[in-house]
Amino acid sequence: MMKLEAIIQPSRFESVKDALREIGVEGMTVIEVRGHGRQKGHTEVYRGREYTVDLLPKIKIEMILPDKIVQSVVDTILRTAKTGKIGDGKIFLSRIDDAIRIRNDERGESAL
Amino acid sequence: MDCNGPALRRAILVSVVFLAALFAATSLKAQTAAGSLLASAVSQADLAKLDQRISAAQSSGDNAWMLVSAALVLMMTGPGLALFYGGLVRQKNTLAIMMQSFALMGLITVLWALVGYSLCFGSGTLVGGFEHAFLRGVGVEPNTDYAPTIPQLTFMVYQLMFAIITPALITGATAERMKFSGTVLFITLWFLVVYAPLAHMVWGKGGFLSATLGGKFPTLDFAGGTVVHISSGVSALVCALYMGKRHGYPKAPMPPHSLVLSFIGACLLWVGWFGFNAGSALASNGLASSAFVATHFAAAAAACGWSAAEWIKNGKPSALGAISGAVAGLVAITPAAGFVAPMPALIIGAIAGVVCYLMVTRVKAIFGYDDALDAFGVHGVGGTIGALLTGVFASRAINAVYHDVKGNATAVGWLDGNFSQVGYQFVGAIVAWVFALVGTLVLLKITDMLVGVRVSEEHEIEGLDVTQHGEEAYNLET
Repeated sequence: MMKLEAIIQPSRFESVKDALREIGVEGMTVIEVRGHGRQKGHTEVYRGREYTVDLLPKIKIEMILPDKIVQSVVDTILRTAKTGKIGDGKIFLSRIDDAIRIRNDERGESAL
Repeated sequence: MDCNGPALRRAILVSVVFLAALFAATSLKAQTAAGSLLASAVSQADLAKLDQRISAAQSSGDNAWMLVSAALVLMMTGPGLALFYGGLVRQKNTLAIMMQSFALMGLITVLWALVGYSLCFGSGTLVGGFEHAFLRGVGVEPNTDYAPTIPQLTFMVYQLMFAIITPALITGATAERMKFSGTVLFITLWFLVVYAPLAHMVWGKGGFLSATLGGKFPTLDFAGGTVVHISSGVSALVCALYMGKRHGYPKAPMPPHSLVLSFIGACLLWVGWFGFNAGSALASNGLASSAFVATHFAAAAAACGWSAAEWIKNGKPSALGAISGAVAGLVAITPAAGFVAPMPALIIGAIAGVVCYLMVTRVKAIFGYDDALDAFGVHGVGGTIGALLTGVFASRAINAVYHDVKGNATAVGWLDGNFSQVGYQFVGAIVAWVFALVGTLVLLKITDMLVGVRVSEEHEIEGLDVTQHGEEAYNLET
């Protein structure tokens, strides 16, 4: 089992979500986050006072996936989240020790 | 016209009454030396009664407008100013700034009822007396010194709304760091010691600066450029300097938490200001119309002026700039509204918009004081500009306040032919400045010694809503 964390542009989220549903991914957690990599922020001015906003809004998607579909999910996200500009985001993969379904105590990949 | 039943009956009734009157009149002895048939058909008593009914109709119109105006001015404080200021502070201080405005709606009203009205509008040079304490003598009979066609109760309650909003403006400078207990004590003292004398001197009978009621230095102030805006604006500056900067100012970011609230507040202020300025005609007449138009034009021109200046300087005109500009224009036209023509109103607005923009964005940064919500930059400066420009543009064609011994209207402002009015406006502005400056400093010191004015640093960081009022403005988690 792998944990997939994808930080993407908010404007690409709907396309990513629809594409993931099409390939059969059934669970995800979506969080609104702020952050930056190399992307520059912007300045806001309120009555003459300038504020640099360098933490930009992004969407983070977290999914725990059975090993066999990880690659197709990664490919789907890369395809639908890409705009080609700085700020597109990143995908991180890590190994998961276990998953447990709360409703019926099921464990392992069948709990996903 | 249709010859329907009711109309026909009315026509017959009128004819019968008229013929009866004619018949009755001809059987009476002639009442005048001329004794023509027509003159005696309608008696002196009838004319007096008719005149009375016309006056009553006029009063009815005046009173309706003035009651609405009073409501509009109250709306300017709550929720107008509360929202305008509320949106500009950080989320953790939203309720605190709103509470300050609302608390004054209660506090000032009580003070006004007990002694405030009397101190402002009794007779005297510096301040009124206690002749109307507890509103003694204030009933439905008009007070002919001030507003001869409306009940004195209406005049009293209208002026009360001004007394409420004036100290509320000061809270903009002390935002995010003033103790609520300090606010209550300070404003109570300020209302009695600074506002009442100033209001009396400019508007009261026998007041030192009164233009129409026996003042030594007639200052033209239609709706409160000196009494409301200079007094509160300068007091705000003193408070900001005395209390010091907010924790983290100017380095830490403190952007407005909701310009949506500020936007709504600003629009309510604009609409409410029609009651503030046009209502200061104290009647539903041509002067009210004139003041209404001047008010609106100044707000619009100032919004354009501030936005244009900002667009040029920053490349983007902001919503905050536009609404701030409108408020600056409204402030500047306040003393001038019932004295200037529409075109000068545009000029006054445009000047205020640009000058206040520079004050708030450049001058404040240069001097480094933390006038958190620009109470001085907009009200103090805008009010001063307006007071002086009133002396320039006031015209007898709009409002003939001065007359010669023969009763002819004489020049009012500079362009009208009376240059010395500009001098009087300076005097009035300076008196307001000095009064506010000295009064505020003394009262702040007293308040500080008794209850303290500034919250502790931990409380300031935690936020005033929680520490002063035990509440949070937004509890948005499910």
